[in-house]
Amino acid sequence: MSKPVIATASLAGCFGCHMSFLDIDERILELIELVEFDKSPIDDLKKFTRPVDIGLIEGGCCNAENVEVLRYFRENCRILVSVGECAIMGGLPAMRNLIPLKECLEEAYLNSPTVAPEDRLIPNDEELPLLLNRVYPCHEIVKIDYFLPGCPPSADLIWEALMALIHSQPLKLDYPLIKYD
Amino acid sequence: MDPIRKILQKYKRDRTRLIDILKDIQESEGSITQQAIELVAKHLKISRAEIEGVITFYHFLSDRPLGKYAVYLNNSITSEMAGRQKVAEALEKETGCKFGQTSEDNLVSLFETSCVGMNDQEPAALINGVVFTSLNEEKVRKIVAGMKRGLAAQEMVEEYGDGANGHELVRAMVKNNIRKAGAVIFDEFTPGQAIAQALNKTPEGVIEEIKKANLLGRGGAGFPTGLKWELCRQEKSDQHYVVCNADEGEPGTFKDRVILTERPQMVFEGMAIAGYAVGAHLGILYLRHEYTYLKKYFEYLLQKMREEGILGKNILGRGFDFDIEIKSGAGAYVCGEESALIESAEGKRGEPRDRPPFPVQKGYLDKPTTVNNVETLAASARIMLRGSSWFRTLGTSVSAGTKVLSISGDCQRPGIYEVEFGITVRELLEMAGAQDTLAVQVGGPSGNCISESGFGRKICYSDLATGGSFIIFNRRRDLFAVVRNFLDFFIEESCGWCVPCRAGNVLLKKKFEKIVAGLGTAQDLAELEAWGKIIKSMSRCGLGQTSPNPVLTTLTNFRELYESRINKKADFIPEFDLGQAVMDACQLTGRKFKEESENAR
Repeated sequence: MSKPVIATASLAGCFGCHMSFLDIDERILELIELVEFDKSPIDDLKKFTRPVDIGLIEGGCCNAENVEVLRYFRENCRILVSVGECAIMGGLPAMRNLIPLKECLEEAYLNSPTVAPEDRLIPNDEELPLLLNRVYPCHEIVKIDYFLPGCPPSADLIWEALMALIHSQPLKLDYPLIKYD
Repeated sequence: MDPIRKILQKYKRDRTRLIDILKDIQESEGSITQQAIELVAKHLKISRAEIEGVITFYHFLSDRPLGKYAVYLNNSITSEMAGRQKVAEALEKETGCKFGQTSEDNLVSLFETSCVGMNDQEPAALINGVVFTSLNEEKVRKIVAGMKRGLAAQEMVEEYGDGANGHELVRAMVKNNIRKAGAVIFDEFTPGQAIAQALNKTPEGVIEEIKKANLLGRGGAGFPTGLKWELCRQEKSDQHYVVCNADEGEPGTFKDRVILTERPQMVFEGMAIAGYAVGAHLGILYLRHEYTYLKKYFEYLLQKMREEGILGKNILGRGFDFDIEIKSGAGAYVCGEESALIESAEGKRGEPRDRPPFPVQKGYLDKPTTVNNVETLAASARIMLRGSSWFRTLGTSVSAGTKVLSISGDCQRPGIYEVEFGITVRELLEMAGAQDTLAVQVGGPSGNCISESGFGRKICYSDLATGGSFIIFNRRRDLFAVVRNFLDFFIEESCGWCVPCRAGNVLLKKKFEKIVAGLGTAQDLAELEAWGKIIKSMSRCGLGQTSPNPVLTTLTNFRELYESRINKKADFIPEFDLGQAVMDACQLTGRKFKEESENAR
């Protein structure tokens, strides 16, 4: 039987969840014995090369590109996991949800005292992904199978969850793994 | 002396009277200004933040200037059913003002408010504290015309209701609508006799009699009254207190209003009896803001009782001192919960306390306090008069006595019914003249929505317990609209302390709307149920613990309604629409959006 395939993405996140993932330290050697990686910032593959078993999503969706990447993951991953506060609830980026997009952009690019008068322009380059009216958690856009809470979820929590998925075992969450304060 | 200082003096700079002080200031000045807050803070020796906290907590207190006429239109479900929408539109049209705002000429402010206890005469509104019932477009035109002529709200009340509603100190258009008077509450009552009977016994004897009568709390929870008094009495303290909970805020409940209108002295005597039993010398009548129109009448009656020697010092010459003070709420459903009510009576934000300690141990001002419902206290006065064995001949073995029900909604005879416990829902529906009934909401939004299969069930503590609310919906009603109204009510009234209640109910409503819109899946339905249970189990007071009931009880009794709305084939349906979500950004940048751009792949 071939090894399970893993893919990861960071949407509107800070890469902190990916960093936490790397905090599994030397267990990464054990992991690469168990799985193969497909599209992920870790191996810098830009496109899926095969069907994926487990997709890990960090971050919510703040722009159209995030939405498209997330949908692309859903189409290609058998199991999709929201990893961390931003993917699950929008997190820090979602703080802008209380303010209309127009006000946010005007404050940043038109009215801020640090913007020189000749630079006053809301960025409109075609290369830039269009911002969404608010930041959305992933499960409002595609079906999410599992949620790993935390900001970030600890390396141990990510490890335990991956092991459970890889071995098709029920997840055992010891209290310290999900204790946040 | 300026009016604010005068008000402070009237309440003797008493911290516990903060809400009364703020209400008086608002009445005199139109709103509670920053200067007023500073002055009150200085004199009561509390922080400005504390006062602002209180102002923002209560619906009827405002630090923004209001119009000369502040209109609060009830938005409860029975008001909706009776044509609230048309009345609201007429109000907006006639005043040129939108809800939530004040008109440009500062004449009128329009607000929505939760149930004002007039469900049998909706749509109802409070205008500067005066109750207006059975509103329609025609009446609205007349009222607004009166405002434009500068009439006081009271002057616009043309016809008074029956009974004490017509008393010169009440002058309310409110109707009692007593359809069935029972033997306990609405039978004849001669003031002075019940307290005399109680004083013939020892305090322990009074408690024993109430225990033998098996009187259970009439607010809905059904805690044994005798036991509550006994626990309170047993607490060693220099002071004990009695609090009468007259804060019936459960939508659909208006029985305490009618009991207080027609049997106020019976309630006051009940308080004195409770005071004698627990060893208290002060009782507090915590009166909900919506019933402030009765306050002057009560003050007159209390004075009369003092003069007749049945209240105050040395009652009936028997050496027992007991007096009653009226304290006002300012619009907060959660204050019906006894520990929140006590906080509010102390002049604070009405946030529930952690229990234990229970109020009988540490209640008002941290002293042992018995908090009893209006109807419970009135019933205890009757038990003193007729005895426990007589009382137990009424009702069922577990639920002795009668229950005053407030029936509203789709029926020919909405109003007050005092019936013996054990009566079935079907019998009540017949009595009220309800036809083609789809559902009955027993116990208000926090209670149970039952379907026809439950119409044989009995009103009693061992089956369908209710504080008195009984709302009927016929088959032409959209039950989802009912659930929506109730969910909005809990979202509005959550005090915000517990996250599951504050945020959970908003999420529950969103999920509910998704399902109703036909965008739900089996998964969504499962989540709706699961989240409801989380809110119930993770909130600390009765509000949060019952707030998902509109969803959960309709899910149990009308599951097919929900099932018919969900998509059984899809395993996920997003509400999200990418084109819609980028519309703002397109406008701001002048760009066009092409779905599925290649750069993402």
